[in-house]
Amino acid sequence: MSEKRENKGMIRGIPHDTIESSLPILATFVAILVAVGGIVEIVPAYYLDDAEPAVEGVRPYTPLELEGYAIYRREGCFLCHSQMIRPFRDEKERYGHFSLAAESQFDHNYQWGSKRTGPELARLGGKYTDAWHVQHMRQPKSVVQASVMPNYLWLETTPLNTSRTKARMEVLASMNVPYNAGDIANWEADLKAQAGVDDGEGEDALRARYERTTWENDGVVTQWTDTFVPTPINVRAFDGDASDVTELDALIAYLQQLGTAVHFEDGVDYYHDKFGKPYRK
Amino acid sequence: MSSVAEKEQYNYDIVKFCVITGIIMGVLGTLVGTFVASELAYPWLNMDIAEISFGRLRPVHTNVVIFGFGGFLLYGAGFYMVQHTTHARIRFEKIAWAAVILWLIGCLAVVATLPFGMTQAKEYHEAEWWIDIILALSWVCMTITFLSTIAARKMSHIYVGLWFFMTMLFMVTYIFVFNGMCIPVDMTFSYSAYAGIHDAMIQWWWGHNAVGFFLTAGFIGVMYYFVPKHANRPIYSYRLSILHFWSLTFLYVWVGAHHLHYTAVPDWTLSLGAGMSVALIFPSWGGMINGMMTMSGAWDKLRTDPVMRFMVVALAFYGMSTFEGPLMGTKSVNALSHYTDWTVGHVHSGALGWNAMIAIGAMYHMITRMWNTEMFSEKLVNMHFWVHLTGAVLYITAMWGSGVLQGLMWRAFDEYGNLVYTFADSVAAMHPFYALRALGGFLVFSGLCIMLYNTIKTIGAVKAGSNTPLRAAD
Repeated sequence: MSEKRENKGMIRGIPHDTIESSLPILATFVAILVAVGGIVEIVPAYYLDDAEPAVEGVRPYTPLELEGYAIYRREGCFLCHSQMIRPFRDEKERYGHFSLAAESQFDHNYQWGSKRTGPELARLGGKYTDAWHVQHMRQPKSVVQASVMPNYLWLETTPLNTSRTKARMEVLASMNVPYNAGDIANWEADLKAQAGVDDGEGEDALRARYERTTWENDGVVTQWTDTFVPTPINVRAFDGDASDVTELDALIAYLQQLGTAVHFEDGVDYYHDKFGKPYRK
Repeated sequence: MSSVAEKEQYNYDIVKFCVITGIIMGVLGTLVGTFVASELAYPWLNMDIAEISFGRLRPVHTNVVIFGFGGFLLYGAGFYMVQHTTHARIRFEKIAWAAVILWLIGCLAVVATLPFGMTQAKEYHEAEWWIDIILALSWVCMTITFLSTIAARKMSHIYVGLWFFMTMLFMVTYIFVFNGMCIPVDMTFSYSAYAGIHDAMIQWWWGHNAVGFFLTAGFIGVMYYFVPKHANRPIYSYRLSILHFWSLTFLYVWVGAHHLHYTAVPDWTLSLGAGMSVALIFPSWGGMINGMMTMSGAWDKLRTDPVMRFMVVALAFYGMSTFEGPLMGTKSVNALSHYTDWTVGHVHSGALGWNAMIAIGAMYHMITRMWNTEMFSEKLVNMHFWVHLTGAVLYITAMWGSGVLQGLMWRAFDEYGNLVYTFADSVAAMHPFYALRALGGFLVFSGLCIMLYNTIKTIGAVKAGSNTPLRAAD
């Protein structure tokens, strides 16, 4: 009987009878087998130079933009809006240059999304005026008749809660985001300066900090070339009201910088270089 | 073994709790789903209230149906089948109860936090870090009891359904833990430990394997017990089950990358994901064929038994979505389907067709066995079947229509080389499909309401002693 069973349990020379009769063996095989695919697909990208080619211009968010990002996440914008332009002609026509890996290198977590119930936003920055955004957030249908987006009336009336801003920057700095001690210490002045509520007092300091060309994180220094002029920070009362900083200020500040950091040059093949050398060190 | 002896030998209380909670979660989850679907068709339904706006409520729907309805089905059916296929009572019953209660707390915490915007913003993994910990603890408890019960089995072999469950328990632990890695800012906000392309890859490693293991391996395990049991036929092929078990276990893990085709993730990863996606059709159809062929000699049951119908149609949908999946996983099809409603349709052909229908079939089976009774109304079970099927088909076809239309409108160029449509044109064109989809969702919700009503009446009749005892042949 036992011999007969053993023969029956042989599958192409594999003693499956033994495997499926032993919990430790079965469990070990399963535990190892399910781990393989993930390791092979995820780990190498951390070590391959060309996985995330370096480009100049991508900087961490300013404190105000960082709060805007948090509101973008809170409201679940990514469920209907993508931030990842694919290298297709129609997407180029409609949204602009396809997205590069480096453009979301500081996004913990990434906001690429998976669905376009509304349009792609990866290069929304500068496409519309602040006034358009204010009106669009109040009542999307008033500017885009076919829109199915909810009205976000509460953003304009809710003062921005800045109690977590500093902690957010500290957490990000503990990972790969190159905020330095000065950036973190001056979070409040920078936030107010960008929202235009300080009569222009802190604007120069803000610009000096976030339009710089040297970034350092955990001993790794990123130095952009001397000729590279970073995209200017947007400094103004984004919701049109300079008397206070609202959630709408933060959100529009975030939206208005999307996809504006990299200065794409003619003649550089940003797609095929992906498989060769990084664009620029 | 008679049902009376089973009652003494097995712990049915925990299964009963899971099944009833699962049905309630199904009703809630599809109610929220119907509402958010209606918001897309009729945006005034957002009513300018932050907590019920689409972006905040949609994850409530996905979490309640996946982890509430699907999760409690898996816990309930898992505890049921592990006892029946090992002939052992659940080991460490207190830990088993802890698993169930923690899962319930986790699900309720998800519902209580997501409308207020506390989200990790990772699809299908939205719950903040402390809820993650509750859910993970529950999962560990479940794994401990499940494996211990298998270890206490009264026969040498481990039943095939349990292999699939084991695969799910391990893989979901891996993906849930690694995708959930984050640094909290406070109770309401955390930053993912990964950024950019790495975060994207890990997110879809999680995202697709939540589908591949939670909603496939686990549910295939359920299928391997309940289909043969309900049809009263042995599994069609032992060899096929071995073959598709190991290939599914190995292959599914790779395919998450197909969610990122043409993005900034390295191309070799995406190609690997696409290739594995195509290969995945074999293990998937292995399971489908093994389930379907188990019906040989019992096909007549489809005429008389609506529960059998739920199970068989579930397998048909499983076969269909696992054909559609590899198709959409290839780059050329994905170029059209990605970012469109086609993805949503595909998910729901799996979720409403396969997962919900096999779950509902298993639930009806367990209710009649555990309470040793016929359902209060067989007609209502039949009605549930047709209402659910109509709803699912409406939903899926609406999303196919809107998805393909969206994809084609976005890429349409006229003879002068200009884009034919604005994005807003495509949004306007979606309206009839969105309305139809909401109707489909409403039907599925109605079906689950019928089920809840029927279940309450059935249990009530048992308590009152006015029920018809089970006539089943086993």
